[in-house]
Formats: sequence, C-alpha cells, structure tokens
Amino acid sequence: MSRSRLPWALWRAQILAILRLEMKKTFINRRGLWIYFLAFAPVLLYAFHSFVQSKHGRRADLGEDTHIFAAVFQFFFLRLAIFFGCVGIFMNLFRGEVVDKSLHYYFLAPLRREVLVVGKFLSGLLAALVIFGASTVLQFATLYWYFSWNSVQEYLFHAHGVEHLAAYLGVTLLACVGYGSVFLAGGVMFRNPLVPTVVVLLWEAVNGFLPGVLQKISVIFYLKSLCPVGIPEAIALDRGSPLALIAVNPAPASPATAILGLLVLSVVVIALSSVQVRRMQIDYAAD
Amino acid sequence: MNTQEADARIVFDDVSKFYGEVLGVNRVNLSIPAGITSLVGPNGSGKTTLMNLMTGLIRPTRGRMSVLGISPDEPERLFHKVGYCTQFDSFPRGLTGYQFIYSYLRLSGRAHGVADRLACEAIERVNLGEAAHRRIAGYSKGMRQRIKLAQALSHQPSVLVLDEPLNGLDPLIRAETIALFRRLAEEGLNVIISSHVLHEVDAISDQVVLLSNGYVVAEGQIHGVREEIHEQPLQILIRCNKPGDLASQVFHQDCVVEAKIHPDGHSILLKTRDAERFYLLLNRLAQNGINIESVAPADDDVLSVYEYLIGTEEPSK
Repeated sequence: MSRSRLPWALWRAQILAILRLEMKKTFINRRGLWIYFLAFAPVLLYAFHSFVQSKHGRRADLGEDTHIFAAVFQFFFLRLAIFFGCVGIFMNLFRGEVVDKSLHYYFLAPLRREVLVVGKFLSGLLAALVIFGASTVLQFATLYWYFSWNSVQEYLFHAHGVEHLAAYLGVTLLACVGYGSVFLAGGVMFRNPLVPTVVVLLWEAVNGFLPGVLQKISVIFYLKSLCPVGIPEAIALDRGSPLALIAVNPAPASPATAILGLLVLSVVVIALSSVQVRRMQIDYAAD
Repeated sequence: MNTQEADARIVFDDVSKFYGEVLGVNRVNLSIPAGITSLVGPNGSGKTTLMNLMTGLIRPTRGRMSVLGISPDEPERLFHKVGYCTQFDSFPRGLTGYQFIYSYLRLSGRAHGVADRLACEAIERVNLGEAAHRRIAGYSKGMRQRIKLAQALSHQPSVLVLDEPLNGLDPLIRAETIALFRRLAEEGLNVIISSHVLHEVDAISDQVVLLSNGYVVAEGQIHGVREEIHEQPLQILIRCNKPGDLASQVFHQDCVVEAKIHPDGHSILLKTRDAERFYLLLNRLAQNGINIESVAPADDDVLSVYEYLIGTEEPSK
C-alpha cells in the first residue's frame, strides 16, 4: 500500500475515539491520586518557601532560587515525580485494562493494534503533559511569587526567564515522551510492573557512571543535556565525584541531538510495543 | 473447498491450541455455514477456546482459521464483519450502556451521527432503552449480558459469536433473546452460540458442534449426527390406539431391540438398530387394524446425542 493510500483519516478518527475513551480513565482515577500529589509536591514546597520568605521579610535572591529550582527540577521532578508519574500513567494503559479485564473490547474492534498503541500512548502523554506541565508552570509561579513584580519582569524578559520556563516545559514534555514510551512498553511486556520500574530506575540512576555509548541509551542523558540551568554545587565538584556524575553530562548532547535522540528512542520503543501488542493474546486467567 | 465457499464460512483447518502443556483444542477441522451453530460441551471442552481463536483473541499453536475468508490476524478487516459477545463480565470503567456502545462504534471510525443511530438501534433491539443512560456498574447480571449482546451486534455484523449469551437472563428475556437470534439467522447472519443449556440449543440450532476434552466429537445437523451413532439403537415413540397389540407384534422382530409401553398408556417407545426395516414393518402393521397417530424419533435431539457421545460430563438440561 503506498503511503498516500494509507487510511490516515480513519486512523485519526480512531485515535480521537481512543483519546475520548481513555481520558476519563487517566484523569479521574482514584488509583492515580498519588500521581497528582507527586506532581504538585514541589508547588506546595515553593509556596511554603515563598510564604516563609515573605513573612520574615528576607532578602529575595533570584539567582539562588533559580539554582534551587534547577536542583529540585533535576533531582526530584525529573527523576522521581515524572519518572514514577509515568510509571503510574503509562504502565497502566495496557496492564490496567488486563487487570480490569476490559482490553478485549479494543481487540474486538476493527482497529489496527498499532493504531491502538499510538492512541493509548497519546492519551497517556496528554494526561502526563497536563499534570506535569501545569506543575512546572505553577512551580515557576510559586517560587518567584514573593519577588517584586519589577524583579520578576527583569528576570523573565531580560535574564532569560521566559526561555528557562520554555526549556523546562520542553524538558517536561520530552521526559513524558521518553519515560512514557518506556513504561508503555514495560506494561505490555511485563506482568509485574515492579520489574521494569526497578530495572529502568537503576539504569537511569547509574547512567552517569556508564560508558558514553551506553549513556545514550537512556532518557535522563538527553534530559540532563537540555536542562537550561546547571546545578552549581555539582558543577563545582570534581568530575569523578558521584554527585557530578549524576547531575552533569561530561559530554552533553547538543539540543538538536538530544531532542532527536530522545524522539528516536521513543519511536523505536513504541514500535517494539506495537509488535508485542500485535502478538498479544487475551488470557486474563493467566494474568 | 473453493475460495468462494470459504468466503461464506468459518473454517478451521487442523487447528490446535495448547496453553503451555494444557490442551485447549486439538486438530479441529470445521467448516461452519450460515445459520445458527451451537458449540456444545462440558466446561473445559474447548468452546470458548474455539470462539477466541476465530476472533483472534488467542492464537493457534498450529493450523489456520478464516472467518468469511478473513484471517483473525487482521482485526481491522475482521471486526467489520464479526461481533463477539464474550463471557467476560467486565466493562470499561465509568461508562453508561449508551456510551459503551457509542464509544466502540466511534472506535471503528463511524461518524457521530451514524454511531449514535446504530447505538440506539442496538439498545432497542435488546430492550434496554430505559437503562441506556445509566452506568453499567449499576446493571443487573441480565442487563450486563444484554448490553454486551447489543455491543456485539451494534455494527450490523455478518457473523455473531456469542459465548453463553443466555447466562443470567430471566425466562422472559431468554425467550425474547432466542427469538432475536432466530431473526438474525433468518436475516442471513452466521450465528455461533456456545451453551450448556441443551434444550435451548436444541430449539435454536441449525447445526451443532459437539466438543469433549478439546476434541470435536461430532458436527452437523443434529439428525445427521444421530444417524451416525450406530452403537446406540434409535428410539422411536409411536402413538396409536392399541399400544399393547403393537408392542406384542413388534417385540419378536429382529430389527427391534426393545419395546415398552409409554407411561401415558397411549404410546410405545421402542429401540431399533435398523430404522428403515422397522418403518417398512410399521407400514404393514398399520394395514392390520392398528391406527397409528404419530411416529417420532425420541432421541435425535441434542440432549440424547450429547449423552451418547459425551456421556457423564453432562451440562444443564
């Protein structure tokens, strides 16, 4: 079938139908409340920080807070909140349906399973983006809330503040794409979600200690390369120290390479998931 | 079988399915024509496995299948023509009956207006109009069964596969549902039903497939299947004005194995190994003053055939 003859309009309509079906499940789900808590914990932290700072009338230090944001973003938000949030959202896209014994309804529709995988991935991505994107913006707002409007304007428009925010949003998007694809595959290939979660967590954690080639087969390598602000404490350390290896890429990828690398990695993982779903059988008793 | 014939049938070609070391079905060769076909057998005999195989929910360990000429490996083509009401009593969370059917019609690429119309028609067909906008989670077992049935037939398929579709239905709805299956078969649909309620199967089936321990024991129209069971003498119920006289006259004939007066006192039930010879004999006797009101085979129904072939692993009667 030539590319122009592929039924794109049908696939688009089917993906939209999947999104409509999945939205309720991904957003309004008691089992997923912990994801909201994880995502918005830094917002609460910054709100508390701003409240204490303004109450005690301490001198605001934009540079210091920008570094605090960079450290919390890299160490907590990327490596824990988005990581485990994506475990909760994407791992359940197929696994949750197997547990609920409702996956067969998708398999009994006149729908290519590859389209189902893409539709489910996009629905998870939409949910993750809304949750973690909103959190990123709110973190930014609450951290700088106690500064004077003039200082904030100065930072936003004359000290790359807007660019930083855009970069953090971009990194959030790419983190959701990267971890989302990995955990979608994990949910398709493993019965026990703990196994892929622990394996990926360890792989990402030791990424800085691995040889350069292996570092590139990870999500965090590309995300670190794209973070707009470095962590001064880590940069100041000796290159061989554990903190520096975790937080700093000795040979960071260029933004274009990082974005492309992450997207290629995700497309490959989604393609492998599609092959697996194409072969998948419904045997709820065994699951 | 030529391609044109295969395109109108459900074909299993030497199909086996093993779940690890456990046998699902073994060496199944079937060619199922249009009409109502019942899969009959005790629990674990392979009925659901056959249905899951023909709809691609599971894959065969060996062999090939096609449904109206389409392989189950092509769901994007197959499910325009096939609807499957499974035995799983589970639904996507949070949906009403209407949303359930509408959403899956949209999934097949139908526009809003068409999906809405087809969903409403399907819901009306199973008499769930009043409950359509209530959440499925609040439905009774019978209502859940009917909404699954509505979903399976909502896209107007050519093949309807129904796994124990009468489970949980009260007698009135059961009768209505059986009538619906008959109408669908009359409309030219290929309806595959699994059931262990034998008298219902007997009442609705055009043909049966008898399964035991993963093997097809017999298949075809039930009368034909009965005729193939040579080791069991055929039972015939004869209603006449002088059952005692008739019994004494046929008792010594070598084609008659057993003859006894029926408890109603107006009939005799006899067993013969040679039905043709017996019917010739009966013609002669009828000319000798015995007024025969009716002659009917007494054991060419699904229940008897099932008992002869599968024996003690008996499902509900």
